[in-house]
Amino acid sequence: MNKKKHHLNFGSAFDYAPAPETTPVDLKKQYELFINGEFVAPESGRYFNSTNPATGKQLSRIAKAEASDVDLAVKSARRAYEKVWGPMAPSERGKYLFRIARLIQEKSRELAILESMDGGKPIKESRDIDLPLVAAHFFYYAGWADKLTFAFPGRAPSPIGVAAQVIPWNFPLLMAAWKMAPALACGNTVVIKPAETTSITAMHLAEIFQEADLPAGVVNIITGAGDTGTALVEHDGIDKIAFTGSTDVGKKIAQSVAGSTKKLTLELGGKAANIVFDDAPIEQAVEGVINGIYFNQGHVCCAGSRLLVQESIHDDFVERLTRRLATLRVGDPLDKNTDVGAINSKAQLKRIKALIETGKDEGAELHESSCAIPDDGFWCRPSFFTGVTPSHRIAREEIFGPVLSILTFRTPAEAVTLANDTCYGLSAGVWTDKGSKIFSIADQLKAGVIWANTFNRFDPTSPFGGYKESGFGREGGLQGLAAYLKQDHC
Amino acid sequence: MSFLLKSPVPRIDQVGVEERANTFKKRSIKNEAKALGLKMTVSMMDLTTLEGADTKGKVSRLCRKARQPMASRYDCPPCGAVCVYPIQVAHAVKELEGTPIPVASVATGFPSGQYPLKLRLADVKGAVQSGAREIDMVISRGTFLEGKLAEVSDEISAVKAVCGDAHLKVIFETGELQTYDHVRLVSQLAIEAGGDFIKTSTGKVSPAATLPVTLVMLETVRDHFLETGRKIGVKPAGGIRTAKEALQYLAMVSETLGDDWLTPELFRFGASSLLGDVELQLAKLIEGNYQSADYFSNS
Repeated sequence: MNKKKHHLNFGSAFDYAPAPETTPVDLKKQYELFINGEFVAPESGRYFNSTNPATGKQLSRIAKAEASDVDLAVKSARRAYEKVWGPMAPSERGKYLFRIARLIQEKSRELAILESMDGGKPIKESRDIDLPLVAAHFFYYAGWADKLTFAFPGRAPSPIGVAAQVIPWNFPLLMAAWKMAPALACGNTVVIKPAETTSITAMHLAEIFQEADLPAGVVNIITGAGDTGTALVEHDGIDKIAFTGSTDVGKKIAQSVAGSTKKLTLELGGKAANIVFDDAPIEQAVEGVINGIYFNQGHVCCAGSRLLVQESIHDDFVERLTRRLATLRVGDPLDKNTDVGAINSKAQLKRIKALIETGKDEGAELHESSCAIPDDGFWCRPSFFTGVTPSHRIAREEIFGPVLSILTFRTPAEAVTLANDTCYGLSAGVWTDKGSKIFSIADQLKAGVIWANTFNRFDPTSPFGGYKESGFGREGGLQGLAAYLKQDHC
Repeated sequence: MSFLLKSPVPRIDQVGVEERANTFKKRSIKNEAKALGLKMTVSMMDLTTLEGADTKGKVSRLCRKARQPMASRYDCPPCGAVCVYPIQVAHAVKELEGTPIPVASVATGFPSGQYPLKLRLADVKGAVQSGAREIDMVISRGTFLEGKLAEVSDEISAVKAVCGDAHLKVIFETGELQTYDHVRLVSQLAIEAGGDFIKTSTGKVSPAATLPVTLVMLETVRDHFLETGRKIGVKPAGGIRTAKEALQYLAMVSETLGDDWLTPELFRFGASSLLGDVELQLAKLIEGNYQSADYFSNS
């Protein structure tokens, strides 16, 4: 690589003093299950620890739901569906959702802090991205509640029944909102299981449901690990499963529903291509690539984890990325100046490290940020690999961490071929100053969401979902309603 | 366009650059970092008066303020420069005698630049002869918008030639050029034509300095430095009125160009009313609570 001899020095002339978020929050020592509108202890009396990934220390204890608790939750949801929520006038359901959305806005600072403590994401992101989007999803679907016949002309949309929802740990509250808001707006009731490493904010959401006087049993929240999830999705009393998580688990769920009448939507992994052409607005493309892979520590299913950069600008682009990497601030998630926080769990850190080792073993060159990282807790320096080819494992497998794989292409046609050379198809990015090129490339990419000259933009009005092993079904937008409705002909 | 620049001029995506610039508004600058930033801001300030009504008396007041902006217990540095019209240069130089503070003069038919080159060069010569150590020239925006880039470049080179030892700041009036692509192009052009500093605005046109416009200029300067090793200064001017905004600019400089540019030699604020708020904030940090504005002198 053509290394230039002039260097920039960062970080010592104007060092930002620590700026920790200090608003007090009501973190409880122990969290129970939320069944039939009440917080109840698990029948087994068993609890598991929730850890603060930034320190490695225990944050709280979370109830472990067994099959018997799941059964109670499903029965409670069934009762609420048949007696209260299903028969309720849609405009009344909408009012509850609007009320929930407003309460989320009121409590958003506290929720953001808890989200950052429990999950390790920077407060800047939980405060400015997660929580505003959580409220926005409830507002958006609240508006649809009494307009469903307009959404599907010529059909008589009706709710499906009890929805079982299993969500991941990367955007705990936001994924809960993506799942719950459309389900409730369409008249279904919900049993939801948050991920075991990030259950806390869901239980605070349950408090909001109580405050909003949401009828008992309309939403039930059960906490636990994979076996709790299995008990839920295999329960006979549910009508619909919505799962977001790994492709492996998604495949198992798909197998388990075979032969049943349960409806299924899956939002699984991704290995998105972020394509940068030589005529791209280069400085903004660098920002987009950074945002695409280091946003939320790379724990993003639609992360732009494969950078496809035109060979003619590869060296220049890598130099720019290297410089930008040097100014990313890694550390305390509660510091308002932190750009990259902690890895969500020990297990995930191990998985990321293993794939980094694989990348090195297979001959790719690792470029790491030189930032200091804390001794305790789970941390991974933001990094990228150059010299990656489509046959490297780090170009094919989802790392789900702050690790980017850089590949090159020669022509637009080759960019499309490389971008589609994956078993996934959740998202993609195109960077070029040429409008016509954006459309022609986007048309050929097999991905559910395609961003042009931007990345990781979310909005409740926009549907989200995958091709191939990234899953099926859409969340968000008008399309997101379809997963929660029977659409009989009028 | 037949005019060729030595370095490429990358395209700018408006949405992207504004989004990036906004991230600097989210930096939380507290306590010792804030005190450091505020003092830096004062030391980088071109304390400016550019009014038809400027008199020797007004310029004297300004110079006195620049020498010692605050009571000595606040340990506040002097301003970076005093910026006046050419006719006031000699008086300002006299007022600042014995201090290291340079006098900057706007010139070349400021603020419009709509004068024959001969007169504009004479303007510069006069200011330099009167003792100005920094010349803030305006480019011919009309000529630039006509696409006559070579002519704009030649003008800047000609002004540079008559500046002698005086530092040349090239004002673009980005509020009139409007697009970020124009800003990137004119920045590269001014740098290659010999400008020592590039400056956003005259302060007479709105919008004046903005974070994204300044970011595009900082990035041009950075790329030029990495290519050639030559360090060019940047001066956002006009519209920066609060200490909070000034700190956002410093965070942007710090994260774009790094430590070497956090000095009055390479970064300046052009401002007439910013100092008052910086004084208030600095005093608050030291005294622990906000003081009445009545306790601070006007300039």
